[in-house]
Amino acid sequence: MAKPSTVRQERRPALQAIAEVAPAKFDRLIHERLRLGIVSALAANESLTFNELKKLLKTTDGNLSVHARKLEEAHYITCTKSFEGRLPKTEYRLTAGGRRALERYLDHMEALIQAMRER
Amino acid sequence: MPHKVPCTGPHMEYNVLMGSILARAKSREPVGLHAHAMDNLRFIRETMERAGSFTGVPGMGGMLMGLSALGAAYLAARQSSLDGWLAVWVGEALVAVLIGAVTAARKGRAVKASLLSGPGRKFALGLVPSILVAALLTFVLYRSGLYAIIPGIWLLLYGTGILSAGAFSVPVVPVMGICFVALGAVALFCPLEWSRWFLAAGFGGLHVVFGALIAARYGG
Repeated sequence: MAKPSTVRQERRPALQAIAEVAPAKFDRLIHERLRLGIVSALAANESLTFNELKKLLKTTDGNLSVHARKLEEAHYITCTKSFEGRLPKTEYRLTAGGRRALERYLDHMEALIQAMRER
Repeated sequence: MPHKVPCTGPHMEYNVLMGSILARAKSREPVGLHAHAMDNLRFIRETMERAGSFTGVPGMGGMLMGLSALGAAYLAARQSSLDGWLAVWVGEALVAVLIGAVTAARKGRAVKASLLSGPGRKFALGLVPSILVAALLTFVLYRSGLYAIIPGIWLLLYGTGILSAGAFSVPVVPVMGICFVALGAVALFCPLEWSRWFLAAGFGGLHVVFGALIAARYGG
């Protein structure tokens, strides 16, 4: 089985095919499964803590923090760190930009399905 | 570095939507993309639903419904006729439905009306049948003059609805349902002078207590 990094070139045709049928700009950032999961979960909640997200998405500390960081860098989510007693608590929220990105992605998927039906 | 990939024949392609390698002919690609777009939408909805059960039911709404029910109990107690008493509570039921709908919509406000596709819909679907049955039974009991068992029937049916609707939600919700059922069962065997206070205890007290619990533990 090839590692994802070595087959990146092979992704291109599928991505281009999506871009052709769907009008909006394709958002790769939100497309990744775990990042899509983070954004979706936060869309249904005002805020979620790191541990809640971890449990919900059945992932590891490292994986979650890497992907959450990427979303944070894109200003799709915000991260606030505080203390609950002595325990550190990391809380994530979806920004207006993040919500728009998810809406665009949903529109995108719907447009894709629509386009395929019409063919 | 395509030459490093061990299995990239003309019929092999890296499928971006699944993130896994699938062997399929290029001519079938539209069908695949279509299916994966559907799969993505399903994934988003399921994640939102599961995430929604962290919060689900509006706690603040429960508290507001409780407070309005306490107000209704006070008003109802001042009515001289049984018809007046019944009218106050029926009015309160409508107010409570409105409060519940508004607060649930506010809480479930998310992408693409998740209220209609996610946890909110499940909760409403679980609750609505028993409320409709309660309305029908109220009418029949009113016509037969059986006022004394109306409070018990209301508490029982509301509790049953909360129990079944809350099966999809956080554990505290079905517990509230059980409390309503227990209160209703006792109220059925009490005279109307007593059972009318059970309405205040149930729709007022239980709503405020559990609403506060939900608001504190599951946010809003």
